[in-house]
Amino acid sequence: MLAVLVRRLLNVVPTIAAVVALVFLLFSVLPGSFISGMNEDGRTTIDPAVMERMRKEMGLDDPLAERFVKYLGRTAIGDLGTSFRTREPVTKLIADRLWPSLKLTFAAMLFAIAIGVPLGFVAALKQGSVLDTASMVGAISGLSLPKFWLGLMLMYLFALQLKWLPSFGYGDGGLRHLTLPAIALGVSPMALLARTTRAAVLDVLNADFVRTARSKGMGESRVVTWHVMRNALVLVVTTIGLQFGSLMGQAVVVEKLFSWPGVGSLLVDSVFQRDIPAVQGCILLIVFFFLAINTLIDLAYVLIDPRIRYG
Amino acid sequence: MTTPLLEVRDLRIALDAGGRSHDAVGNVSFSIGRGETFGLVGESGCGKSITALSIMGLLRSPLSLAGGAIALDGREIQDLPAADMRRLRGKRIAMIFQEPMTALNPLSPVGRQIAEMFVLHERASWKEAWERAEDALRQVRVPSPERRVHDYPHQLSGGMRQRVMIAIALACGPDLLVADEPTTALDVTVQAEIVDLMAELCAAKGTAVLMISHDLGLVANMCERVAVMYAGRIVESQAADAIFAHPRHPYTQGLIGSLPLLSARSRHGRQKLREISGVVPSIVAYPPGCRFNPRCPAMTDICARDVPMAESLPDGGLVRCHHHG
Repeated sequence: MLAVLVRRLLNVVPTIAAVVALVFLLFSVLPGSFISGMNEDGRTTIDPAVMERMRKEMGLDDPLAERFVKYLGRTAIGDLGTSFRTREPVTKLIADRLWPSLKLTFAAMLFAIAIGVPLGFVAALKQGSVLDTASMVGAISGLSLPKFWLGLMLMYLFALQLKWLPSFGYGDGGLRHLTLPAIALGVSPMALLARTTRAAVLDVLNADFVRTARSKGMGESRVVTWHVMRNALVLVVTTIGLQFGSLMGQAVVVEKLFSWPGVGSLLVDSVFQRDIPAVQGCILLIVFFFLAINTLIDLAYVLIDPRIRYG
Repeated sequence: MTTPLLEVRDLRIALDAGGRSHDAVGNVSFSIGRGETFGLVGESGCGKSITALSIMGLLRSPLSLAGGAIALDGREIQDLPAADMRRLRGKRIAMIFQEPMTALNPLSPVGRQIAEMFVLHERASWKEAWERAEDALRQVRVPSPERRVHDYPHQLSGGMRQRVMIAIALACGPDLLVADEPTTALDVTVQAEIVDLMAELCAAKGTAVLMISHDLGLVANMCERVAVMYAGRIVESQAADAIFAHPRHPYTQGLIGSLPLLSARSRHGRQKLREISGVVPSIVAYPPGCRFNPRCPAMTDICARDVPMAESLPDGGLVRCHHHG
């Protein structure tokens, strides 16, 4: 277990290095800057001399290589720089947004797992039934609905029409405010999980060892609980990992729509303002989250599949 | 006459493909006495494995039982309710499969997979079942069974896994063991060990064996009687000694002729092995008349026209050929 963890963590290091470099270079080659953006709305005019001074302060005129080295040095010690927009450290900006973001992501994933996995299981066990067909049609719709549209519909139905839940905002951060954005974010991973679970269970049901189990005189329910579930779980966990990891990135739209004060909406605001340090910080966090979840999933494999522990 | 342990009468198995039903196995009849070992031989695709599955009641779509009867101790079991059939399966009829690599659950310790048998059929507690699983492993001569019970299938060799399969199959002392190519996937040296072990344990427990194999030599060694299947029909069945001494059906003759003989090699030097020309016909396109006629060296007009009936032989066997020797 420990060996697997160490090996995984060592694998993560080059990935992080590559991401850090890429994030920096990508935003350095993009045209436009925070300063030029300030003039773009056509309403404000800034004295060129002021602009010049700001550019110097923010280090935008330094050579690329010099900025890169500085950036690397800062990032390595956990300093993500200062936001152009708020003049606050990016780490603080992100820290304020981290908890809401994590809350939304976990709630959405919990929703996806709690509904998607059992649905896929039942669909596979009742293959060809009305329930199977209905849930798979539902899953395809769930996958293809844009989160944006889905969020609006949820707001319309549950907030405007039924008045059960608030339509947007963080409120006290409790379940009432969390429910709608979590569902809007969770529907697509839920649909994908339902489909993968169904496929995985069908696959295992055709395995030789399931035939062996039947030849032992086992009833179908025991065949499923004793032999099918755990084997199907391997593929299900993979999907959970991939979905979970990318969910914080996917949350951008939903957070913006529901005015949820997470990293996603911070990212959108920062992009529009060309607040490069904040954008870089947000993206780094989203990537870190992805890597962290993937490492956890790798550890989960070890618990599920003995072949990995010894192999 | 005593009731045989297993009697298969006029078994028919249908294969549904493309909206049409094909005759995968038909007119198959044989019986196995208590403690007897009976061999079913044929090339792949001849229907021997699905015959075995039908006895277990494990045929699954697109295959289905289309007719005939399977009787255990004189009681027909082919139409038993699922719950009753489950009580027979594993308890009175057990099965060993060809692939020891995939026939065991990779995520479950082998001890647990044996222990399940005692929990299922003898209402044992898990604790007791695990202890008995260890004994079962000792019986199939797995070294240090007290450690091996906790091993996962991937930690065992193919031969060891097949021993585990035997331990599972014989756990509840079944009356009949259906062994579907139990040694095909194993190394030659291990094959003999496994066959000997199976024969020994079954003899000790009085378990009858239905041995299914493409290996006529193996079957003839282990079994008292042998039936040869071709294209879904039994073409010949005789006592094992007799079938080697006087094969009646041209297909059996071809099978025996194609066996390499080490003694002949030392006496006559290298010789080309005889083969049966042609290939096994596809299940959807069996030829009219005798199904072996396109490959048969003795084929005449009648073979392409009339289906040969099963003819009883004086010593109790049967053969299905217009020109049998």
